Amino acid sequence: MLHIIVPIKQVPDIERVKFDVETGRIDRSSAPGEINPFDLHAIEAAVKIKEKHGGTVTAISMGPRQAESALRDALARGADRAILLSDRRFAGADTLATSYALACAIKKLDSFDLVICGEKTVDGDTGQVGPEIAEHLGIPHAAYVSSIERLENGEIEVVADYGEAYYRLSLKLPALLTVTKDINTPRLPTLKDKLRARKADVEVWTVDDLAVAGCDSQRFGFAGSPTMVAKVIVPEERGRNCIMISEDEAAEKLAHIILEKIGEKR
Amino acid sequence: MVLAEQLDGEVKPITYELLGKAREVADTLRVEVLCLLIGYGVEKYVEELIYRGADEVILVDDPELRDVEPVKYSRVLVEVAKKYRPRAILVGATNIGRSIAARAAAALGTGLTADCLDVQVDEQGDIVQVRPAFTGNIIAYIKTRTRPAMATLRYRVAKPLPRDTSRKGRVTRLSLELGGDVGVKVLGKVRDKEVRLSDADIIVGCGRGFKKPEDLIMAKELAELLGGVIGVSRPLVDEGWMPRDYQVGFSGNTVRPKLYIALGISGSPQHLAGMKFSDTIIAVNLDPSAPIFRHANYGVVGDIYRVVPKLIEKLRERLNRDEGGNS
Repeated sequence: MLHIIVPIKQVPDIERVKFDVETGRIDRSSAPGEINPFDLHAIEAAVKIKEKHGGTVTAISMGPRQAESALRDALARGADRAILLSDRRFAGADTLATSYALACAIKKLDSFDLVICGEKTVDGDTGQVGPEIAEHLGIPHAAYVSSIERLENGEIEVVADYGEAYYRLSLKLPALLTVTKDINTPRLPTLKDKLRARKADVEVWTVDDLAVAGCDSQRFGFAGSPTMVAKVIVPEERGRNCIMISEDEAAEKLAHIILEKIGEKR
Repeated sequence: MVLAEQLDGEVKPITYELLGKAREVADTLRVEVLCLLIGYGVEKYVEELIYRGADEVILVDDPELRDVEPVKYSRVLVEVAKKYRPRAILVGATNIGRSIAARAAAALGTGLTADCLDVQVDEQGDIVQVRPAFTGNIIAYIKTRTRPAMATLRYRVAKPLPRDTSRKGRVTRLSLELGGDVGVKVLGKVRDKEVRLSDADIIVGCGRGFKKPEDLIMAKELAELLGGVIGVSRPLVDEGWMPRDYQVGFSGNTVRPKLYIALGISGSPQHLAGMKFSDTIIAVNLDPSAPIFRHANYGVVGDIYRVVPKLIEKLRERLNRDEGGNS
């Protein structure tokens, strides 16, 4: 029986969220929270493995209590258990403190075989938390996995996107993967799944729950985050001052602009 | 310190951009630039790294490091960082670089800032990382209170230094205990990508203004004429018109070409996040209120099916004339 863990994050809908131009702060009330779109592929990958090989899927998230809805979405999509790390002392975490808290929670769980993460989040856009969790857990990882080829004899074979080419890798379990959108098409939960998930239990763990796992609570949240935002600016709507050209003149003028631009290059 | 990026024994151009940026930061702080080169049979690049700005190249060349793999590579980076205690470590914000750097940062217990546009030194002499956040809607200035400050730097945001063959530098060969099996093995290359958008100087971006897949041929023709490549927006990939290798945008490729020609692209936040830092942007779109125009240098409100064929014709004419003039 495989035990697969999927760390997920609740994010604002990035296409709709509004920014306060003065402060650069995100107005989270302007758009409802949703599960990070990249994480849907991680859940789907985990559920596919479960269907084929048997096992359980545990979704885990860190965030305010509202993040429970993202975990319910994960339950509707096929996760068996959901855990939310929620505590003020987790707040203000950068990727190091986030990955540390998630790794502590994973250590507290019974043994696991695989951790599958989305390649990045739409709000943080770092892609760091997955590999950082792997290092905290002392297990191998592969990032930007675009397909899972085989899983047998305690090994998983994957194809990873190395940027300019794809490489085949083999990892010994337990291992961590971060997966790209190419890996699958997440299925939509049915109404029945959603109703079941609404009633399901989402466990909430605090910093005190992780203390028993031998974790250092000084490394959680803001206190455990070495990076600090010194300032934030909102770039004024790119002063590109678009020069408009009429359709009739387009060919002539664009040809001129393009050739001049190419000339610079050469 | 710069981590040189290498794949299949070939040092990648991002390495020289990182050295350019590191030189700038190091000169302000009056410190040296170290460059860590990990691999097997990569010694031939040592001089080049010095010509491009390194004061000392730390070479870890070992058959066990032939394949680029994040666990061993991050271990080497961690060992070298502990030994040399650099102020900062710069790594390319590539798939390989992000994976190695994150693992190393966790092992070192230090901060890592992803996908930076710049790394600066402020009046207090602190290193400041500058990065876009929320799909580029805001720019954050980030400091790291642990040492080393680590950052991955985007493609094409830093300029490589001109190759100076008179530059002198030291080479240190290190042999490290690599610990044998780390639980991950590279079995081999599956395939090269059809296109490397992040390296392209000219990209013709195609969006929903195209009515059917066959029509992309005119964009390809335009791209070929200019020595560029085509890219597509997410809907075209989702429709299966082109593989994701060609996708420009947040969930595809982040590009920064000299020239980006957006055809029938409205400019969704997810697309803009992938291309808005291009040098020059030309947009052709039927809808005058399309957001793409706010990010373009030149805009045409018009039908790509009328504009593009005429533009191709005009460019052909001009290119032929120029060639004639040179003979």
